Amino acid sequence: MTDNSIAIKKEHESYLEHKGKYSGLFGWILSTDHKRIAILYLVVISAWFLIGVTLGFLIRLELFTTGETIIGPQTYNSFFTVHGIIMLFLFVIPGIPAIFGNFFLPIMIGAKDVAFPRLNLFTWYLYVLGSVLVITSVFLPGGAPDSGWTFYIPYSVRTGTNMIITLSAAFILGFSSILTGLNFIVTIHRMRAPGMGWFKMPLFPWALYATGWIQVLVTPIIGITLLLIIFERLFGVGLFDPSLGGDPVLYQHLFWIYSHPAVYIMAVPAMGVISELITVYSHKTIFGYKAIAFSSLAIALFGSLVWGHHMFSSGMSDTANFVFSLITFVVAIPSAIKVFNWTATLYKGSIELEPPMLFALAFIFLFTIGGLTGIMQGTLSLDIHLTDTTFIVGHFHYVIFGTAGFGVFGGLYHWIPKMFGRLYNKKMAKVSFWFLFIGFNILYFPMFVMGWLGMPRRSYDYLPEYQIYHEISTVGSWILIIGLVILVYTIIKAIKSGERTSEMNYCGGETLEWYVETPPTHENFDEVPVITGEPYAYKQNEL
Amino acid sequence: MSSEGNVAVHVHRDDEASKLGMWLFLFTELTLFGGLFLMYSVYRYTHQADFHLAAQNMNTFIGALNTAILLTSSLTMALSITALQRGSKKLSLSFQAITIFFGLIFLVNKYFEWSHEFHIGNFPGSESLLNKSQGEILFFGLYYVMTGLHGLHVIIGMAVIAVMMKFTINNVITRTNYVKLEAAGLYWHLVDVIWIFLFPLFYLIS
Amino acid sequence: MEGKDKHTIHNHSYTAYIIVWLALLTFTAITVAVAGINFGNSTIAIALIIASIKTYLVLTIFMHLKLENKTFKIFVIIAIFFLVISFILLFSDYSNI
Repeated sequence: MTDNSIAIKKEHESYLEHKGKYSGLFGWILSTDHKRIAILYLVVISAWFLIGVTLGFLIRLELFTTGETIIGPQTYNSFFTVHGIIMLFLFVIPGIPAIFGNFFLPIMIGAKDVAFPRLNLFTWYLYVLGSVLVITSVFLPGGAPDSGWTFYIPYSVRTGTNMIITLSAAFILGFSSILTGLNFIVTIHRMRAPGMGWFKMPLFPWALYATGWIQVLVTPIIGITLLLIIFERLFGVGLFDPSLGGDPVLYQHLFWIYSHPAVYIMAVPAMGVISELITVYSHKTIFGYKAIAFSSLAIALFGSLVWGHHMFSSGMSDTANFVFSLITFVVAIPSAIKVFNWTATLYKGSIELEPPMLFALAFIFLFTIGGLTGIMQGTLSLDIHLTDTTFIVGHFHYVIFGTAGFGVFGGLYHWIPKMFGRLYNKKMAKVSFWFLFIGFNILYFPMFVMGWLGMPRRSYDYLPEYQIYHEISTVGSWILIIGLVILVYTIIKAIKSGERTSEMNYCGGETLEWYVETPPTHENFDEVPVITGEPYAYKQNEL
Repeated sequence: MSSEGNVAVHVHRDDEASKLGMWLFLFTELTLFGGLFLMYSVYRYTHQADFHLAAQNMNTFIGALNTAILLTSSLTMALSITALQRGSKKLSLSFQAITIFFGLIFLVNKYFEWSHEFHIGNFPGSESLLNKSQGEILFFGLYYVMTGLHGLHVIIGMAVIAVMMKFTINNVITRTNYVKLEAAGLYWHLVDVIWIFLFPLFYLIS
Repeated sequence: MEGKDKHTIHNHSYTAYIIVWLALLTFTAITVAVAGINFGNSTIAIALIIASIKTYLVLTIFMHLKLENKTFKIFVIIAIFFLVISFILLFSDYSNI
C-alpha cells in the first residue's frame, strides 16, 4: 500500500492532546472524534466486562459444592440472568465494533471519521443509558431479573421481578447496536479513500460491513419482541398467552430470529480482528483474501436463517426441524473456510509469537472446538440428548468467549500501542495469555463432559456424581481470573505509565493504520491517502 | 438521525451518505413491523375463521378514508420537496403544513375508531373480549399493537416534519440543500407504506 | 471515493406525483370493491397483491428510488429478501400443523 502521499510531520499533536471546543472531561464525552468515542466505549465496556466476570466467578463458586455454597437459589437465578445480559448486551455485542471498529475502521479505509460522527457519539449515550437501566433493574425493589437472558415466555411475563426495566434496557442497547452498524455501512460505502475499491479494503472492515447488515436487519425484531413482553406485562394483550390463543413457541421464533444472528454479530468482527493479526504476525499476505471477505457475507446471510436450531426440542414441525438443521450445517462451511485460510496463511510465514498472535492462534483452536460442538448440536438426534445441558453452556462459551473475548484481548495487545502511544510489558502479556488459555479450557471443557452425562444447565443444585466436574470447572475459573487480573493490570499500567513510543509501524503491518502517527492525529491523515495496491502486500519481507 | 454527515472540523457534505443512512434506518423500521407482520400471518393462518369474524367489527369506510388521507399526505410531502427545488419556499412550507394536518386528521379518525372499540368493550383484558374466541382476542391484540405502533410513528413523523418546517423557515433547508427534508419525506412515506399493508389485513378480510 | 457530489436536482414533476397519487387512490378503491366479492381464499392474496403494487409506486416515485443509483436499489432488495426468507422459514414450522 502506498503511503507516499502522507506527509510525516513529527510535531503533530495526537488526538489525545488535541484541543477541541471543550477541554477536560467534556472534551471526551462531547467529542465526535471516532477515536475518542472508541476510548469512551473501551472504558465503559471494560467496566461492565469486569462486573460480568465477577458474577460468573460467583456462579462458579456457588456450584463448587452441592447444595448452598454461598448464595440462595433466587440470587443464583438473578446472577446467571444478569451475567448473561451484561456479557451479551454490554460486552460482546458492542465490544469489537464499538472499540476497535470505531477506532480503526475510518483509519483503515483512509477516512477522517465515520459517516455520522454525532450519531456515533449518540450511540455511546444510548449504551450508557441502557447499562444504567440494567443496573437499576438489579437494585430496585421487586428484585433482579431472573428469567435468564432469553426472557422466555411465559416465565418472563409472570415473574414478579423488575422485568420491564431490563427489557427496556435490552431494547435501548439494541438500538445503540443498530445505529453503530448503520454508521459503519454508510462509512464503508461513502468514505473509502480514493483508489480503495471494495477488494482493496482490509478484512476487518469487511467483517464490520457484514456485521452491520446483521445488526440493521435483525435487531429490530428482538426490539419488537421485547416490547411485546412489556405490553403483555402491562396490558395482558394475550399475544403469547396460550389461554388466550397466543403461541409461546412463536415467541421463541421471534426471539431467535435475532438472537441467533446476534452470535454472528459477536463472532464476525472478532474473525475480522483475527484475520488482521494472523497476517501481520505471519508477515505474509493473507491466503484467500476474497474467500475470507465473502465468507463474512455468507456467514451473515446463512447465519440469519438458522434460528430454528435453538428450538429442536420446542415442538416444531418435522419440516422446520429438517430445514433448520440443514441450513445449520451449511453455515459451518463459511466458518470453516475462514479457519482453513488462516491456517494456510500461517504456512511458510515468518511467524512471530507476539502476545496478539498467541491470542489469534488460541482463537483458532477455541473456535474450532466451539464450532465442531455446534455441529453436534445441529444434528437433530444428538441435540435432543444435549438440549438444556451444560454441553450447550460449554459450547457457547467456547464460541462467544473464545472468539469475541480472545478477539478483544488479542486486539488490545495488538493496537494498544497505536491507540495510546505507549508500550506494554510483553512478558506480562504472555503470562496473562497462558493463564487465560489454560484456565479457559479447564473452566469450560468439563461442561462438555458433564453435559453429555446429563447435567442440566442453569441448575442451582446437582447430583453428587457431577461434583468432580464442577470442582474442576470452578478451579479453572480461578486460573482464568488470575489471567484476567494480569491482563487488566498490564494494560492499565501500559496506558498510564508505559514506555512512550511514536514508532508508526511497530509490528510490520501493511494496512493503513500502520502508516499514520502513533497515536494518530486528530484528523488521522495529513493528506487524503491515495491507494494503489492490494491490502496485505507484504514484500516477502524477512524481519 | 437522518441529519448530516458533517465532520465537526472538516465540513464536507455528502447527501448520498445521508440518504443511505436514512434508507438503512427505514429497514430497521421495516423489520420492526416485520416481526409483527410475522405474528399476524401465523395467527391468521391458525385462526382463519375467527379473524374473518373479528374483522367484521372494523369499519371499512373509516379505514379506506384513512388510507386516502395518508396517501394524500404522502403526495403533499413529495410535492413539498419539488416546490423547494423549484425555489418556492412558501409553497413548500404550505405543503409541509398540509402534510402535518393530514397526519392529524388520520390520528383523530384513529382516536374515534379506538374509542368506539373501547366503548363496546373490545380492548385487551376486557370481560367481553375475554368471552370471545381465541382468534378474536388475538385479532384485537394485534390490531391495537400494530395500529398503535403505527400511530406512534405518525406522531413522530409529524414532529419531524414540524422540525423541517422550522429548518425551512430558518434557511437550514434550502433549494440546494434539502437532504434533511428528503429524509423526513422518506420516513413519512414508509409510515404510509406500512399502513398500505395494515389496511387490507385488518379491514378487508371479513 | 465518490467525493464530489453533483447537486443536480433530481425529482419528479408535480404532474407525475399527482398521477401516481390518483393511481394509488384508484387501487385503494379497487381493493375495497374487490373485498366485497367473495373469492374465498384468494381474497387476501388479491388484497396483498394490490398492496404490493401500491408499495412499489410509493417506493419508486414518492421515495425517488427510480432516480437513485444502484446501491439504493440493491439495499432495498436485500431488506425485502430478508423479510421474505423469514416468512418462508417461519412457515416451515406452521404450514403443516
